Amino acid sequence: MREATLKVFRGTDYETGEFKTYKVPVEDGMVVLDAIHYIQKEIDPDVAVRWNCKAAKCGSCSAEVNGKPALMCKTRMDHFASDTEIQVQPLKTFPLVKDLVTNVAWNYEVNKKITPFTPAKDADWTFFQEDIERVQEFRKCIECFLCQDVCHVLRDHNRKDAFIGPRFLVRTAGLEMHPLDKANRIESLKDHGGIGFCNITKCCTEVCPEDIHITDNAIIPLKERVVDEFYDPVMMLLKKIFGKKQK
Amino acid sequence: MANYEIHEHDILVIGAGGAGLRAAIEASAKGVSVGLVCKSLLGKAHTVMAEGGIAAALANVDSRDNWEVHFRDTMIGGKMLNNWRMAQIHAQEAPECVRELEQWGAVFDRTKEGKILQRAFGGHTYKRLCHVGDRTGLELIRTLQDKGVHQGIDVYMECTVTKILKDGDKVSGAFGYFREDGRYVLFKAKAIILATGGVGRSYLVTSNSWEYTGDGHALAYDAGADLIDMEFVQFHPTGMVWPPGVRGILVTEAVRGEGGILRNSKGERFMFKYLPEATRADYAADETEAKKWLEDTLSGRLKTEYKRPPELSTRDNVARAIYTEVKEGRGTEHGGVYLDISYQNAERVKKKLPSMYHQFKELADVDITQTPMEVGPTMHYIMGGIRVNADTAETRVPGLFAAGECSGGMHGSNRLGGNSLSDLIVFGRRAGRGAVDYTHKLGSAPQISESQITEAIEELEIPFKRQDGINPNDLVKELHTIMGTYVGIFREEKDLQTGIEKLEELKKKFKLVKANGTKVFNPGWHLCRDLKNMLISSEAIARSALSRKESRGAHSRLDYPKTDDSLGNENTSVSKDGETMKLEKTPLNKMPDDLKELFAKKEPAHA
Ligand code: SF4
Ligand code: SF4
Ligand code: FES
Repeated sequence: MREATLKVFRGTDYETGEFKTYKVPVEDGMVVLDAIHYIQKEIDPDVAVRWNCKAAKCGSCSAEVNGKPALMCKTRMDHFASDTEIQVQPLKTFPLVKDLVTNVAWNYEVNKKITPFTPAKDADWTFFQEDIERVQEFRKCIECFLCQDVCHVLRDHNRKDAFIGPRFLVRTAGLEMHPLDKANRIESLKDHGGIGFCNITKCCTEVCPEDIHITDNAIIPLKERVVDEFYDPVMMLLKKIFGKKQK
Repeated sequence: MANYEIHEHDILVIGAGGAGLRAAIEASAKGVSVGLVCKSLLGKAHTVMAEGGIAAALANVDSRDNWEVHFRDTMIGGKMLNNWRMAQIHAQEAPECVRELEQWGAVFDRTKEGKILQRAFGGHTYKRLCHVGDRTGLELIRTLQDKGVHQGIDVYMECTVTKILKDGDKVSGAFGYFREDGRYVLFKAKAIILATGGVGRSYLVTSNSWEYTGDGHALAYDAGADLIDMEFVQFHPTGMVWPPGVRGILVTEAVRGEGGILRNSKGERFMFKYLPEATRADYAADETEAKKWLEDTLSGRLKTEYKRPPELSTRDNVARAIYTEVKEGRGTEHGGVYLDISYQNAERVKKKLPSMYHQFKELADVDITQTPMEVGPTMHYIMGGIRVNADTAETRVPGLFAAGECSGGMHGSNRLGGNSLSDLIVFGRRAGRGAVDYTHKLGSAPQISESQITEAIEELEIPFKRQDGINPNDLVKELHTIMGTYVGIFREEKDLQTGIEKLEELKKKFKLVKANGTKVFNPGWHLCRDLKNMLISSEAIARSALSRKESRGAHSRLDYPKTDDSLGNENTSVSKDGETMKLEKTPLNKMPDDLKELFAKKEPAHA
C-alpha cells in the first residue's frame, strides 16, 4: 500500500507549535480528513480537528492544505503526487485554538448583527422558482468560512472590526434578494458591513466549495445598490471604466 | 477540586439540530431564559445531512393529501408499533410547522403556482416532501439558526454535557465541559430538553457524524428515564460503497423519488421481487407502469393515475432487498447494487440532485448523469429512544424532556423518509412548550447537589490518571465489529447472545480507557466519555433485539422471520436498575376508534 507523508501543524500557538510528520497508508478514494482520522486512531488521539458530515455538507473541516484553504473531507489524497509532502495547517485568519482548530466565534457575532428576514405582514407566500434561483444559490452556503479565511481584508489587514467578509455579504444578499423581504440593509452594509473594503479580487469565489459566485452574484449587485444610494470608491471606478452595468 | 463556571437558565436545551433549535426558539418566544448547548459549532448538526425533504400534507401537489393519509402512511410504515398520538400530532402539525419555516425565511422549491413544491418518497401515498433540491436539512438548520440567534437564546458551542443533575426526582441542571479548553461548566436549569440525535457511531458503516454517540439516550437512561423500541435501527438502503473512504455516506432517497432505478449486477430490476404482499398493490405492477409513472412525474403533471415504482417501497424493505441481492452473489464489484438515474436528462439530474452530483463526482469520480452509482445499506437512524409523553414531550423524569431522534415512539418499527425533519420541528416545538409549562408550574427552583458534581468531575478526570490504559479508539473498533457482526441488519438469537457477552467484556475494558495530552481540544479525551454513551445505547439495542422474537419493520430476525400479531401491542422498554439494564415489555397505548377507522377505509393508493 502506498504511504503518504503528512506534515500536520501541532500546538496551541504559532510561536511554540510546529509541524509534525506522519506516515499514513493511502486507500482508494481517501481524503485528507481520513488521513487525519488515521493519525487520531493509530498515532496521536489528541490531534484536534473539526468535522461532522465527511461529505462536504457541514463546513466544519476547513483547513489550509499545502497553503490552499480547503475542506479536508473534499481534498483527495490522490490529487497529490505520491512523493509530495502534504502540509495541513489551521485557517490563518482566525485565532488558533489547537492544531487544526481555530476560534471562529467572530463570524457568529457578525451574523447576529444582520437584520433578519422581514416579510410583509400580509404576504401571501406565493412566489416563483425564477424569483428565488439567486437566493437559493446563496443559501447553499455551508459556513465553512474559507472565503473569510482567504479574503485579504480579513487575512492580511485583520479588519474584522470594520468588514463583515464575503460570507456575510452572501448572507445579506440572500436576504435582500428574497422576493418577500421588506427590510433595507443597504445603509448598514456600507457603515457596519464595510462593503467598500472589498475590491473585488474574487479570491473568495475561487475557494468556495459550494461554487457560490460570491463576487459576481452577491457582492457586485450589493455594491450597486449601495452606489445607488451612497458612494463606493471601487464601483465608481468600475463604472467609469465600463459604464453602468445593467441591473 | 477542579473549578467550574456556572450558568443559569429556566430551560436548558441539549443539542442544536432541528429539534433542539426549534425547542429553544419556542421556549424563548414564551419569555423564559433559554440556554442551548451543542457539541459542535452552531449550524453543523447532523440535520444538515438530511437531503430529501420534510413530509407535510400541504396538498400543494396532490390535492388528495391530508393529515389522515399522512398519519396512516406513518403508522403503516412503522408497522403499527408507533405511539399513535405522536403520529397523529405529527401529521396534523407538520404543515403548520413547514409554513412557519417559510415565514422565517426558508426558501423551498416552488410549484408552477408559486407554492411549496412536494416530491414523492418511499412509503408516502402522495407527493408530500417539501424540499430544497437535495439540501433540505441545511435549509432547515440555517433558517432555525438565524431565527434563534435573533431571539436572545444563549448558545454554548462545542460543549458536551456529561450528567443530568437532579434534586430528588426532579431535574435541577446539567454538568459538562467545553471542548475548546476542557473547562468544566455547571448549568442550573428547571427543565432540560434533550435533542441529541442518534447512535450511529456504534456502527462502522454509518451515515452519522462523530456527534452521534447516543448522548441523550444515555443521559436520560442514567437519569432514570426509560428507552423504548431500541431494537429498531434503520439501515438506509443507499449509502455509498466505494471508494472505501466514503463508505456509508448517504445517497439521498430523493434519487429514487426522482426516478432512480435499482438493478443488480445481472441488470435485473430486483425490487419488484421484494414488495411485501400487504403493500404490493400500491406499487407499479411492472416496468411499463413504473415508466409511465415516471413520465408523468417528469412532465410535471401533478397527479398521475399510475402507481409508483417499487424502488419507493419503505426503507426496511429496500435495505433488506439490497443486502440479500449482494449476499446471494448478485452484487456489484464493490459489494453494492446499482442505482441508476443516468438515463434521464443530465441537466435535470444536476438541477434536482445537485449535491449528489457533486458528491459522486468529487469523492468517487463518478458522473451520475453518465453512469449508475454503487450503493448499499448504511446505518442511518434509530427509531427507538427515550419514552416521552406525546403531547408534552416529557419523559418519566420530572423536568426532563426529549425531542427528535433521541426520543422514541413516533416512528414505530420503521421510519419513513421525510418524517424525520418534520418530527424535529413538530416535537421540538411541543417540547419547548411542554418545558415552559412545566417551569411555570414548578414552585421553587430545584437545588444543585455538590456530590453529583464531584462525581461528574471525577468521571471526567480519571482517564488522565490511568498510566497504561487503553486507547478509546481501539475500543470503538471492537464495538464496530460487535455491532456489525452480531447486531446488524439480520439478527439471530445466538448471535445476539454472543454480541451481548462481548459488550459486557467491552464494558469492563472501558474502565481502563486513558487520555493523553491536555484538556485543550482533545478528541481522544472526549471519546473516553462519549464511549460510555455508545456502550449504553449499543447494549440497549442488542438486548431489545434479543427480546423481540419476531420480524417487524427494521428488526429482521432470521430465526423468527414472520411478524407476530400478538407482539404488535407491546413496546420493549429498557431502564437502569442499579448496575444492570432492566428490560420490560409494556403495552402500547390504545388507538381510539375514529383513528382505527382510517385503516379500514384505505383506498388504493396512487402517487
Ligand atoms: S472579492 Fe472582496 S470579499 Fe472576496 S476576497 Fe476579494 S476583497 Fe475579499
Ligand atoms: S460562501 Fe462559500 S466559502 Fe464562504 S462560507 Fe459559504 S460556502 Fe464557505
Ligand atoms: S466534514 Fe462536513 S464539510 Fe468536511
